[in-house]
Amino acid sequence: MPSRAKTSGKSDTRPATGRGRKIVDVVVALIALCGLADATVLTVMHLTGDDSLCGPSSGCSTVLSSVYASVGGIPTAAFGMVAYFAVFSAAVCSAFGYLKARSFLNCTIALMFVATLGFLYLQAFVLHAFCPFCLLSAALTFLLAGIAVATLSVR
Amino acid sequence: MRRYLPFVIIIAVAVATAIAGAWLYRAKMRTASTPSAAAAPASSPADQATDSESLHVRGAAIAPATLEIYGDFQCPPCAKATVVIESLAKDYGARLRVIFREFPLAMHEHALEAAMAAEAAGLQGHFWEMHDMLYKYQDVWSKASAPGRLFSAYAGSLGLDVERFNDDAKSDLAKARIMTEGEAGQARGVKNTPTIFVNGSEVHGFARDTLQSAIDAAIAAKKKG
Repeated sequence: MPSRAKTSGKSDTRPATGRGRKIVDVVVALIALCGLADATVLTVMHLTGDDSLCGPSSGCSTVLSSVYASVGGIPTAAFGMVAYFAVFSAAVCSAFGYLKARSFLNCTIALMFVATLGFLYLQAFVLHAFCPFCLLSAALTFLLAGIAVATLSVR
Repeated sequence: MRRYLPFVIIIAVAVATAIAGAWLYRAKMRTASTPSAAAAPASSPADQATDSESLHVRGAAIAPATLEIYGDFQCPPCAKATVVIESLAKDYGARLRVIFREFPLAMHEHALEAAMAAEAAGLQGHFWEMHDMLYKYQDVWSKASAPGRLFSAYAGSLGLDVERFNDDAKSDLAKARIMTEGEAGQARGVKNTPTIFVNGSEVHGFARDTLQSAIDAAIAAKKKG
């Protein structure tokens, strides 16, 4: 059973159990849910080869059919699904007072941030094409990273 | 109960994601095989069937344009068309997938033997290397009285197991592959080589500009579709 902070008592004023922190966790969980939905759509598009959702002038075909779109036969977007699900789970646990989830959450977001920078580089300078769903995922990851940094600095 | 609530939420989201993903996947697959989607030639059920049976594919499965060439290794225009297609494949990168289909013509003395050699190399995972070599040295082996020895030499230079290659080049399996593709080609109206299809529509001629226009149109149609 993970360690859990006390949620009652006057002396317990740590940010981990504060109302503001809970709101932040809920917001992070909701952003992660959006990212999970986005990554799920990308994974399905990769598996079916149908990129019609991207719109006529997007670079989805180029991005999703590139060698970077899968790792060892597994769609890269599927790793995104796992990452967003991990963030969602950690945020939910954190919101319920499981303190260890918070460090896991920050580490996962840091990894996602680095991976996102790599994907943006590939789209901009290697493939010369951008996929809207990938850009949405990048925006969500940057948002998560921004929240994580802001929360850490407040603490 | 509150202690387990986060885990209940997490499991519920995991199940919902799995269900939504499976539903979306099935919906997309159904769309791809409905008659309305068949209006776009590449998505027609017939093409999907032939795609799944194709053994010689270069490029990503989800490339927006698929170029199929029915070729004969002893046909000089096929060798020229192959040079153009290779150049286009380099230019289009991940946007173009190339499928080679066997169609050895009876009028060419060594065409079937060459096709068998390519299939034998394919059984060792080196179809395209042999394909490239057969077209590169078409002038040489076409004039030989017994090109089989040359094919064995090509296999050796590609690092294949030559003994196995020689056996496979006479095997019923290799012949069956060629016959299957030939019959499928005839069913699609192929009569000579090279016959080229881009996303299921036949392209007349193999000049670079002609093929490029057809590929661009196929990519544009795919994006609109």
